[in-house]
Amino acid sequence: MKRISIDPISRLEGHGKIEIFLDDQGNVANAYLLIPELRGFEQFCVGRPAEEMPRITTRICGVCPEAHHMASTKALDALYHVEPSSAVKKVREFFYSAFYVTDHTTHFYALGGPDFVVGPDAPPAERNILGVVHKVGVEIGKQVIDCRIRNHHIIEELGGRGVHPVAGLPGGWSKAITKEMQQEFAEISRQNVEFGLFSLKLFEDIVLKNKAYVDMILSDTYTDRTYYMGTVDANNCVNFYDGMIRVVDPEGKGFVRYHPREYVTHIAEHVEPWTYLKFPYLRGVGWKGFVDGKGSGVYCATPLSRLNAADGMATPRAQEAYEKMYETLGSKKRDGRYQPIHYRLATHWARLIEVLYAAERMVELINDPEITDPNLRTPVTSTPDEGVGCVEAPRGTLTHHYWTDEKGILTRVNLIVGTTNNYAPIAMSIRKAAQGLIKKGTAITDGVLNRIEMAFRAYDPCIACATHALPGQMPLEVIIRDAQHHIVDRVVRGGS
Amino acid sequence: MAGNGKPKFAMYWAASCGGCEIAVLNIGDKILAVDEAFDIAFWPCAADFKVKDVEGYPDGYIDLCLFNGGIRTSENEEMAHLLRRKSKVLVAFGSCACEGGIPALANLTTAEAIFETAYINSISTDNPKRVLPQPVSKVAEGELHIPVFYDRVRSLDQVVPVDYVIPGCPPEPHQIWAVLEAIVSGAPLPAPGSTIIGAGKVSVCDECPLEKHEKTIMRFYRPHEIVPEPGLCLLEQGLFCMGPATRSGCNARCPRVGIGCRGCYGPLDGVDDQGARMLSALASVLGVGTLRDEEAKLEPMIEEVMKTLVDPAGTLYRFSMAHSLLQRARVQTGNSTQEVSDEAHQH
Repeated sequence: MKRISIDPISRLEGHGKIEIFLDDQGNVANAYLLIPELRGFEQFCVGRPAEEMPRITTRICGVCPEAHHMASTKALDALYHVEPSSAVKKVREFFYSAFYVTDHTTHFYALGGPDFVVGPDAPPAERNILGVVHKVGVEIGKQVIDCRIRNHHIIEELGGRGVHPVAGLPGGWSKAITKEMQQEFAEISRQNVEFGLFSLKLFEDIVLKNKAYVDMILSDTYTDRTYYMGTVDANNCVNFYDGMIRVVDPEGKGFVRYHPREYVTHIAEHVEPWTYLKFPYLRGVGWKGFVDGKGSGVYCATPLSRLNAADGMATPRAQEAYEKMYETLGSKKRDGRYQPIHYRLATHWARLIEVLYAAERMVELINDPEITDPNLRTPVTSTPDEGVGCVEAPRGTLTHHYWTDEKGILTRVNLIVGTTNNYAPIAMSIRKAAQGLIKKGTAITDGVLNRIEMAFRAYDPCIACATHALPGQMPLEVIIRDAQHHIVDRVVRGGS
Repeated sequence: MAGNGKPKFAMYWAASCGGCEIAVLNIGDKILAVDEAFDIAFWPCAADFKVKDVEGYPDGYIDLCLFNGGIRTSENEEMAHLLRRKSKVLVAFGSCACEGGIPALANLTTAEAIFETAYINSISTDNPKRVLPQPVSKVAEGELHIPVFYDRVRSLDQVVPVDYVIPGCPPEPHQIWAVLEAIVSGAPLPAPGSTIIGAGKVSVCDECPLEKHEKTIMRFYRPHEIVPEPGLCLLEQGLFCMGPATRSGCNARCPRVGIGCRGCYGPLDGVDDQGARMLSALASVLGVGTLRDEEAKLEPMIEEVMKTLVDPAGTLYRFSMAHSLLQRARVQTGNSTQEVSDEAHQH
């Protein structure tokens, strides 16, 4: 059996590998996504004081440390049985929304966007953020950099550090917002809303007005029908900071709606010997392998999943954008809510809708009189035992679960991390794209390789922590070997 | 790889989180100056070069290589050797490469325990057949390979010689830029040999705005147990802070928001063991006994206070576990790198 190794895939260089096997006819028999990395946080955090976890678990991911910091801080609230004041919750959510704006923005413009803005078959050297700037003008490039700078400013001011924030405490937050900060942050929030609207307009002009792109989004190659997960508020609208977990089936019917602390009842993880990462699935359906459909427990937790699992967005302009996406992509309403969109490439669109929502939410929060409450801390004296903390990380539902002795020393830790939720769907999307794009006699061109990458790029996988943060183009080397492992063909893309 | 005579730049990550890459990105538009001054020869997250390309370069081809992340797997170790060979100047960038960092807290446990916890005992894992990841496994279509997971985490300098060290978790952008700007402008670097650059020469306390009043403490409080008086030294209020034993350079960011330092900028000049140094610094803060007291009388009193410092190993060595005297003793009894590799976890 012939094998195509995509090794190394860069921006995951050394941290991810795709193996594609071809059958005797030259069609794709199977494809594997291998994750060669494990650090063991769940074990080495045992014995540490629980209150240090928001500062330790940030190091799981330097791209989304804010998500781990927040899930961990919320786990401490539960562990110590302390309900944060509404001012604390608002400050945390404001901080977290600023993080969402910068994180999603960087992904769209630096990683996902170039495939559409510059084009999937453009020369690799142009398929990056610089190519985007060339295509749409330097003014827009400047706007993207400004957006990162102003939101990282908020993260540093409120979190203590630009990377790996430190301000979260059980029941509290160590840095309050002064009146001066409020004024400055209000202006930043306003600019974020404008930037969110602008980005959606750009998506419309460049992607939606191009029939070839729309056809690609709607094609079967990039479609998988799975369950969808997301956090919803009391009105079943998308929320990033807090709420209930809702899962809908591939037809959009509610499958389950539960409190994050009940996650073990609903989620289980499957182990394979050829990778260090586990595969979460819905316990109520079961692990049926790498297959989609209602009978398989594979679920997705992405921007598109959150929108699919919710009834809508909690802010007005994001809601308009939400309705437009579902209408445009032909989703029909059933029982008052849109049916799920299964086109994986639409995740890019959903991500921009979430940018607008996060920005609008920032405006609401920063104008709330309570946001400048100077008292965000109270001493915590209760005896800790067990606590679950959960937020929507940009790449999926993030769960931290801690057990301690009566002194608050960790005895057990369990984590289900954003991208991990999507491991099985990503692997399936890669296989489907490979099967759709490589057929008997297909010349393995750069364009073919890039279109395979596009299948997983939509998920913004954080296995590649740094992937979505910097401009660049993934280099690929595809080695085709015969059954005796002799190289029969080699295609290199990237380098110069 | 343009032959324009520009120096060649590389950045790589081993067992790390990606925060070092983000910190470099956070130097803002100055990244363009870096781009102008250097040719990128390898930077997986930013450019199109592959390990194969690096293997093809002549030895010493890369002028400056920033290596972040510790050595956790066989693949991390192979990349460290490859990049050492290909680089004129190899920099251990960030806490993990410098001294193990947070992932080296795993050196307090074992690879077996890590596997047991992650794949067998995890409450959400359903694995009745006790399947564990294997370096080589057979699937229907052929063989699949993943790197070997070693028994412990090592810093970069425990695997290959390192020219310079830029500490911090992650290094602060203004410090990164200070180093790169100096290099870009052609300023000479200090003599190489694990030389620390991009950091201060004094302690975090020396750049901390919180006021000290020579107060002593009778016990430690945990961060959530008290609300500290704003503007005053945290350690003198009983909140553990590694400031006295930690190199300056971060601008005391954590104490500024009322949170104690955990020592990510590493030990002070001339200090080998950051935790041991912190213990001796604490002596002046603990309000036990007087100068005239006998050591025998003081010891139990000090012990009482120290009992209120929970998890001393994981706190005093939060970032420097791979470099701690304790760990080095273990490595030395194993007779250095080769044997540590032999102990690698073979499932």
